[in-house]
Amino acid sequence: MEFAELIKTPRVDSVVLHRPFLPTVEGTLCLTGHHLILSSRQDNTEELWLLHSNIDAIDKRFVGSLGTIIVKCKDLRIIQLDIPGMEECLNIASSIEALSTLDSLSLMYPFFYRPMFEVIEDGWNLFSPAEAFKDLESMTDEWRLSEINKDFAVCPSYPSLVTVPKDIDDDTLCKAAAFRHGGRFPVLSYYHKKNGMVMMRAGQPLTGTNGRRCKEDEKLINATLRPGKRGYIIDTRTIAVAQQAKARGGGFEQEANYPQWRRIHKAIERSNILQESLIKLVEACNDQSNSMDRWLSKLEASNWQSHVKEILTTACLAAQCIDREGASVLVHGTEGTDSTLQVTSLAQIILEPVCRTIRGFQALVEREWLQAGHPFQQRCAQSAYSNGKPRSEAPVFLLFLDCVWQILRQFPCSFEFNEHFLVTLFEHAYASQFGTFLGNSAAERVKLKLSRKTVSLWSWVNRPQELERFVNPLYEPNSLVIWPSVAPQSLLLWEGVFLRWNRSTKCLDEAYEEMVHIIEYNKELQNKVNSLSRQLAQLETEDSPLQSP
Amino acid sequence: MEHIRLPKVDKVHLVERGSSRRPQVGTLYLTASHTIFVDSEAEVRNETWVHHSLVRNVEKQNVTSLGYPLLIQCKNFQVIQLIIPQESDCNDVVMSLVRLSRAERYEELYCFSFKPNLDKTERDQAWNFIDLRAEYSRMGVPNKLWHLSPINREYRVCDTYPADLFVPKSATLPVIVGSSKFRSRGRFPTLSYFCKETQAAICRSSQPLSGFSARCLEDEQMLQAIMKSNPGSQFMYVVDTRPKLNAMANRATGKGYESEDNYTNIKFQFIGIENIHVMRNSQQKLIEVSDLRSPSMGEFLSGLENSDWLKHIQTILNAGKFIAKAVAEEGVSVLVHCSDGWDRTAQVCSVASVLLDPFYRTLKGLMVLIEKDWVSFGHKFSHRYSHLDEDPKEVSPVIDQFLECVWQLMEQFPCAFEYNERFLISIHNHVHSCHYGNFISNCEKERKDLGIKEKTHSVWPHLWTNKSDFMNPLFRTDHSQTQGVLRPLTTPYCFKFWRGLYNRFDRGLHPRQSVLDCLMAVKEETQQLEELLADCEQKLAALGKEQVNGVCVNKRTVNQSRALWAQPAHISLANTPQDYNEGILGSSPKDWSLQQKETESTGLGLFGVTPKTSDPDNSDQESSSGGDSFPSEDSVKDADLDEAV
Repeated sequence: MEFAELIKTPRVDSVVLHRPFLPTVEGTLCLTGHHLILSSRQDNTEELWLLHSNIDAIDKRFVGSLGTIIVKCKDLRIIQLDIPGMEECLNIASSIEALSTLDSLSLMYPFFYRPMFEVIEDGWNLFSPAEAFKDLESMTDEWRLSEINKDFAVCPSYPSLVTVPKDIDDDTLCKAAAFRHGGRFPVLSYYHKKNGMVMMRAGQPLTGTNGRRCKEDEKLINATLRPGKRGYIIDTRTIAVAQQAKARGGGFEQEANYPQWRRIHKAIERSNILQESLIKLVEACNDQSNSMDRWLSKLEASNWQSHVKEILTTACLAAQCIDREGASVLVHGTEGTDSTLQVTSLAQIILEPVCRTIRGFQALVEREWLQAGHPFQQRCAQSAYSNGKPRSEAPVFLLFLDCVWQILRQFPCSFEFNEHFLVTLFEHAYASQFGTFLGNSAAERVKLKLSRKTVSLWSWVNRPQELERFVNPLYEPNSLVIWPSVAPQSLLLWEGVFLRWNRSTKCLDEAYEEMVHIIEYNKELQNKVNSLSRQLAQLETEDSPLQSP
Repeated sequence: MEHIRLPKVDKVHLVERGSSRRPQVGTLYLTASHTIFVDSEAEVRNETWVHHSLVRNVEKQNVTSLGYPLLIQCKNFQVIQLIIPQESDCNDVVMSLVRLSRAERYEELYCFSFKPNLDKTERDQAWNFIDLRAEYSRMGVPNKLWHLSPINREYRVCDTYPADLFVPKSATLPVIVGSSKFRSRGRFPTLSYFCKETQAAICRSSQPLSGFSARCLEDEQMLQAIMKSNPGSQFMYVVDTRPKLNAMANRATGKGYESEDNYTNIKFQFIGIENIHVMRNSQQKLIEVSDLRSPSMGEFLSGLENSDWLKHIQTILNAGKFIAKAVAEEGVSVLVHCSDGWDRTAQVCSVASVLLDPFYRTLKGLMVLIEKDWVSFGHKFSHRYSHLDEDPKEVSPVIDQFLECVWQLMEQFPCAFEYNERFLISIHNHVHSCHYGNFISNCEKERKDLGIKEKTHSVWPHLWTNKSDFMNPLFRTDHSQTQGVLRPLTTPYCFKFWRGLYNRFDRGLHPRQSVLDCLMAVKEETQQLEELLADCEQKLAALGKEQVNGVCVNKRTVNQSRALWAQPAHISLANTPQDYNEGILGSSPKDWSLQQKETESTGLGLFGVTPKTSDPDNSDQESSSGGDSFPSEDSVKDADLDEAV
């Protein structure tokens, strides 16, 4: 087994573990192919099982012969291991480094993980494009499912099946694909049942400096407009950035060629800037100084909250165009795999009540992120502690979850899931025993045979035992569109992720439990009263004949 | 009434800050006590009432197409813009309001004309609702070491202190008098809080008149007596809540702080809370930040940082934490003072008390605490909250900071407080509104001289009557969080901007569904269900036992509040998008103040197409607080009804 070569010292005794809020534990440290394990070998003492893939970075320190390894995790936790013996410490450190940065996907833990539970409902089969299309078909007949991307040749980042206007043939699609970044021709993202308006997404048009046009592309998106109606193109980049893109062959839709469309530019930052922002934010949160000025200026300088505001605002704008202006919308940035998906998925949360259910949210993540080709593998390769030069890491998905959390805070009764569900998705996107977030596209997932070789996160999440922990006790379905406030006063720091390991949440957890208790007690009483009333009514009707003289 | 130049103006526009809703059109009334705006177009009666005492500033603005706007900024952070068609009317309104909002004599304040339906006995009872002697005995004094001193009965030793004061039994009259002569304004060390469990006490005073070298034997004996009244301890803390530099500067004017060389067995500590002027400026900056119209995140955060407000809150909470720790964990008594001992000292003593004693985390307890540490000990309410038209340099948000400390604690300990945020906001409102007499004037003696208890009413019974609005549904007396001492974190990230207070009236900024409201509704329903259950069980038993025919079953049904609370509190609000794109879509709120009223959003301005949406949830109908009939002087609507909304 290849792992054995990487593990220089598989076992060290008398290692001391320091973790946030937990007592220190002394025990034996073991390295396996996928886990770092610390066991005190005593019953009822908590052990540490840490996935190597969850390790973002490590630091080493030595005082005499006592070595210390600081392990910084992708879920933002920091733990410390005191290891006696310099050589052992060095060995452990280099082993962890090697094991946590394995390049080969097929060596990842999900391929070795065997679930300890019985898979009742296989998450891999739950959300196929064909399933989603069935729902659409029940509402409209203006769209069709195209197999043009069957072998992922037209667009490597699209799924094999995409939804396109019925009147547009595959030939036109092919030509439009050639005109869009990464072959990402405009496809349906969301159909607004209330007024029949749609949201589409794509890659940027490849107009280049000399203003290339593509009749087929124009035809394709115009086919989504009702007669006499116009639509909006939401470009997630500023006009300046979009202009610059021309020099590299990209660009934006020229008014002259798309007269029925009005283009709006927003300013969602690109991935490397977002990654830098995350690093700065986490650094601010971990700052030990007690200075308020320092904290607030670091928080501001990280720009994280600005990104949240910008993304949320753009999503609200898209939703507003569809619901309030009664117009269809096309969303794109550059590649159409990052900011575009943030906007299209958040707009659906705002517009579509189903997306606010647990199952609906899973479907949304599948549809708008996994199948839509967000490169999870690249984006989540490193988290906030990566100190190397970022390649293509970026907290795009985390920002999306943060925005969902903001809306959840503003509409605490309109979501079936709770904050814990969002935090769990964040964790699994970065390191997981499940295969769901492996790979960068549907094509890669097929190639890796994930659905056969790994377990889906949804198979686990949807087990009743697990589901229970994700349910929001305040939930009551709300069929309305929910418009969040995007004012800075309304947007909060997501403490559940960013301060999770910095302060104990005991009191907040207790408050949550109390809330659950209040609601459960109410339901219990309701049931009791109902059954007693029924009994009473029954007794009464039995008695009533006697009553009549 | 002679100050009202114009009692009524028609066709006035009222513009709500930060709302995309179109302005209301209606009639403006000026009464002796309130400015009242009645929306003449609303189907349901919709009134806006503002106490004159709440008005912080009235400002005429540049003319617009609708008329002459004036901006009313209130002490409770409400901002109202009125647009009056005629310039002369506007001038009259401004002049009247300026005069009305700046009372020159106490008797002009609303509390002296507010006449609720209470007879004399009821009024006296209401004033006795909070009984400080009972509170001291709850703490465990008098006891064998502490007693109630008659020394200040006639306010002769210290005119800003209460008549009833607790001091160590071992402190003789000459010692107290001597000590009082050595303290600013005679405010000698006296008991604020006594901790039964550890026998440690929190005492308060003003600064000693020590200058660079002066000593006072009696004052030293006084501190010694306090220290000795806590038999278990070897020393006591003296906490000077000022920054060291300020305290040192005071020495040059013959004041200063205690020297560890002169006072035996004291440990001296500076805390570094800034003075009232710094705090006033800080809050002013904070208000400006909260008033920004669609600020960027950067503008907001840097504004928050530059205001230094949260830093001050952090310092005050840290001071309270230090004292609570000394008293509860070390069992050491503490003497707290600042300069005069009525601002920072009141803040710090009361914050420490909230941390130490669960009683102060109950509704009644907070009332008692404010009556004790603030009202009775001569916090200068009328100066600090400018009840009268006096020196603006005396104004400072001292109690705001205490209330905010409590709010920050509530955020950290959501189950620990019996009351909710609205209670704090309501108290804040009453401190400024002059609706009740409790906070009028600057000390107990002044209130006696004014006849406050005879001529005005007490706010506490009124708040108590409305307590269902102020309850925290998560509070349970047997919950672990409600027990014992609170040990809050004071790392910077624990402090948040208090949106609920500073943007209280900007409803668009608040969560669209309120967990508090939901849980309150559920708890109310639970209570009904419990009654219903008992009812059913009783009837079942009766039916089963006696086989009586014709038992009339009470078919009472419980309000199905679940479905109600799940709906957004303001459906209209939940369904009103903000201005997400600086006015590219529809009409921007900014235009509202300038344009003649328009119907709904104007749709796609760019294409000239106006798609008329016909969905039912499109209407921006606002639920209004139903008033009874048109306001008359004697049927003054209860201000709290609005607050609870």
